[in-house]
Amino acid sequence: MFKLFYHYSSLRNFYFFSEKLIPFLIAVFLALIIYSLYGALISAPADYQQGDSFRIIYVHVPSAWMSLLVYMAMGLSAVSVLVWRVKLAEITLSAIAPIGAIFTLAALVTGSIWGKPMWGTWWEWDARLTSELVLLFLYLGVIALLRAIDDRRTGARAASILCLIGIVNIPIVHYSVEWWNTLHQGPTVSKFDSPSIHIDMLIPLLTMTVAFMLYFIIISLYRIRSAILVYDKETQWVKDLITSSKREQI
Amino acid sequence: MAAFLSMGGYAAYVWSSYAITFGIMILLYVHTKRQGEKHLRWLRRRIASQEKQK
Repeated sequence: MFKLFYHYSSLRNFYFFSEKLIPFLIAVFLALIIYSLYGALISAPADYQQGDSFRIIYVHVPSAWMSLLVYMAMGLSAVSVLVWRVKLAEITLSAIAPIGAIFTLAALVTGSIWGKPMWGTWWEWDARLTSELVLLFLYLGVIALLRAIDDRRTGARAASILCLIGIVNIPIVHYSVEWWNTLHQGPTVSKFDSPSIHIDMLIPLLTMTVAFMLYFIIISLYRIRSAILVYDKETQWVKDLITSSKREQI
Repeated sequence: MAAFLSMGGYAAYVWSSYAITFGIMILLYVHTKRQGEKHLRWLRRRIASQEKQK
């Protein structure tokens, strides 16, 4: 296991391995997104209370889940940066932070749009909404710190420390609806023993979430591969790759 | 079709949510691809200038 981790944490090995993975991931992503959109917009029945406005759940909830998941992935990268000083982890931290910020922004905006017809307001300073907004600021802080420090390794270490401090916000976002009285509804899907959502509504939600995860992996791989070439620009394998290829994309 | 598009009277909320979510996802994809191409052009120029200096 450690040998495998060591092998793929080499920038060169990761670059060529991910090249083979991307086309397969794109094919699965496209199939899943088409299936999920059909389920979300056509086959799932309207909610008995919220009518068709509930269909916002299919973009809001996967975005919100991904905002937490990407931050946890950043946390793992941050530990690898601080403890083992893995170069690939430094690149990953910087590559995935904007993707997490995008998902957080989507969750906040779609939540606000959903809130207007259901709660009668675009925004409420309740625990879930506020902690999710704090999460967006954490993402922006990590991105700003990575860009503010010229030395790449120092910047990655500083951003990793901020990222790990911000990890405390993750359980707050998740459990806010249980710990405080909030306008935001309580958990519906995460109660896996008895989810309070019908199976016809649940399946497109889960497939859409998997599609969003694949989107995250695909975009991350593109960003990491591009950053690897810049990071390893002095090495012979990058020089050989650049000179041997006339293509616009590698 | 009209019933589908009207989303039970919530069309503005539902369609704008989907448009914003997928819009920013597409924008990030396009930005990522352009950034990759920019890096490649920069690396090519850099290697070419290094070879000239030799």
